[in-house]
This record gives sequence, structure tokens and C-alpha cells, in this order.
Amino acid sequence: MKSAIVSRSDNAYSHQLDDFSYGLKQGIPIALGYIPVSFTFGLMAVSGGIPGWIAILISLTNLTSAGQFAGTSLIISGKSLLEITLTTFVINIRYILMSLSLSQRIAPETSLLERCIMSFGITDETFAVASLERRDISFAYMLGLIFCPYLGWALGTAMGSAICSVLPAGIQNSMGIALYAMFIALIVPSSKKSGANMIIALVAIAISSLFTWAPFLKQISAGWSIIIATIAACFIGAILFPREDL
Amino acid sequence: MQKTIIAVILMAAVTYIPRVLPMIFVKERLKSRFLRSFLYYVPFAALGAMTFPAILYSTGDMASAVIGMAVALILALFERGLLEVAVGSIVTVYLIQLFVH
Repeated sequence: MKSAIVSRSDNAYSHQLDDFSYGLKQGIPIALGYIPVSFTFGLMAVSGGIPGWIAILISLTNLTSAGQFAGTSLIISGKSLLEITLTTFVINIRYILMSLSLSQRIAPETSLLERCIMSFGITDETFAVASLERRDISFAYMLGLIFCPYLGWALGTAMGSAICSVLPAGIQNSMGIALYAMFIALIVPSSKKSGANMIIALVAIAISSLFTWAPFLKQISAGWSIIIATIAACFIGAILFPREDL
Repeated sequence: MQKTIIAVILMAAVTYIPRVLPMIFVKERLKSRFLRSFLYYVPFAALGAMTFPAILYSTGDMASAVIGMAVALILALFERGLLEVAVGSIVTVYLIQLFVH
């Protein structure tokens, strides 16, 4: 009985190594895709007046695109802590969906601590890759999958921060648009594929415009108007275009 | 600076919490189709609301911002990468501001 347990755990160890290196391999293309995005993040953060080491700290602790871009742009524009936190949270609510979906697929022997560690690495891309796996998702696999994207995300941020400080002032001024151009690059392709996605984005834009220009409503700050616009547009979307396929 | 660090910690917390909670607590699929649809639309709505009209005030003058936005839209329609779209609109804004001033 005792020897059976030992050999089982030996076997499990080599399984873990296999899973880890398999995940590692799958993570490399994700990491390569992350470098230009986090490079742009580093550029944007430092051109907005955030020290390079803080930009890198944000990438190391947040590891997300839209949420940290939004949070950082609100830090730059001097918004309140409550607005920064709530906006970042609302954008990250989608991770509940992904984490929910992955939670159904986690290998049953995964411990609580392991679940806590692997969920840190859930991003749109690692989720997409992991959820396409046919097998149960093990801790070792997820750790391997996260490893390269995490390094790539931090490395790109560091490079972007470093480059920014040597750019001429004229370029730095025009870089204010970088963040928003990236948001456009995120929304437009998915709007092309789904009319509902486009309509929801346009409804949110209409509401946030109302909060910017309409008399009386414009007294509400930018951070709050984003939160209200997002919740209202998603509410409308869930009623008009409910999704069957999630 | 202290406020910035607190903001970063809070951002990290509200990014981690939605990732970790379902993994710990939920073992079943969400029943409500409404809730699942609502969550699905969040990224599109949030990105839309954050982009417009804020983009118009991002460069100091609205003319260069509008043209920079148009360039970003066109590049994004042709599904260019994030960096390409960003650099395209930065260069556009830079050239317009150079030309005007």
C-alpha cells in the first residue's frame, strides 16, 4: 500500500512536469503578443507622468490590459481613489465569467492555494487558450501557461517606460491619444463580428457623451459617467440581445 | 505619490477578486441568462464609454484629436494590431500639430 502511494506520487510528479512544459509552450505566442501592448502601456503611463517603476509595478500586480489602462489613465487625470477603483472593477467584472467557466474545468485534486495562484493569471488570452484544452486544467499546466505572458507583460512595460523618457516633447504630447487609439483597436474588430457588440458600445458612448455635454448631467465626473454608462449599456444589451452561447 | 501607490494596490485588488472568487466558490454554471449576457457585454460598453468623448480632449486641440481618432478607426477596421493603431494615430496627431503650429 505504502509503495503504491510512493509510485503514484512519482508518476504525478512527471505528469506535472509534462503539464508545465506543455503550458509553457502554449504561453510563448501569448507573451509575444503581449510585448507590444505592454510596451504601449509603459509609453502611455510614463508620458502621462507616472514613474517607470510604478508602471512596471502596475503590470506586475494587475496583469490585465483594459483594466490597468483605464485605472492608469484615471490616475493620470487625478481622479479620486473611489472612481479609479470602481472603474477598474467594472471593467474587470468580465473575469468573473472567465473564472466561472474555468472553475468547471479545474482538475478535482487542485488545492485551494493552487486555485488562488492560478486564478491570478486569468487574462482574455490565457483564458481563450486554456478553455480550448480538452483535458482537465491542472495547476502545473496553468502555471506554465501564465509564466511567459507574465514576464512578457512586465518586460514590454519596462521597455516602453525606458523609451518614453528619451522621446522629444512634441511626440510625448501627441501620445495622449495612444490609450484611446488602443481602446478603438480593441472594440472595432469585435464590433465588426457582432452587431450587438457594436450597438452596446455605441449606447455606452451615447450615454457617456450625454454625461459630458448635456446640461446638469455634465456635473457628474468622468469616472462616474463611465461606470453609469457601462452598467446601463450592459443592462440594455442583456435585455435586447441575450446570449445563448455563453 | 502615496495616493498613486494606494491606487495601484486597489486596482490590483479589484482585478484579482473577480478572477479568484468564482474559482474558489462556484462549482456550478450561472443559471441566469440575463446575468451571463450582462457580464459578456461589459468590456465593449466600458471601452466605448472610456474612449468617447474623452479621446476628443486627449491631445490639447480637438481638430488633431478628431483626425487621430479617424485614423485609429480606419486602422482598427482593417484589424491592425494594438501597437500599430496606437502609433498610427500618435504620428497623425504629431504631424497635424507640427503643421498647424
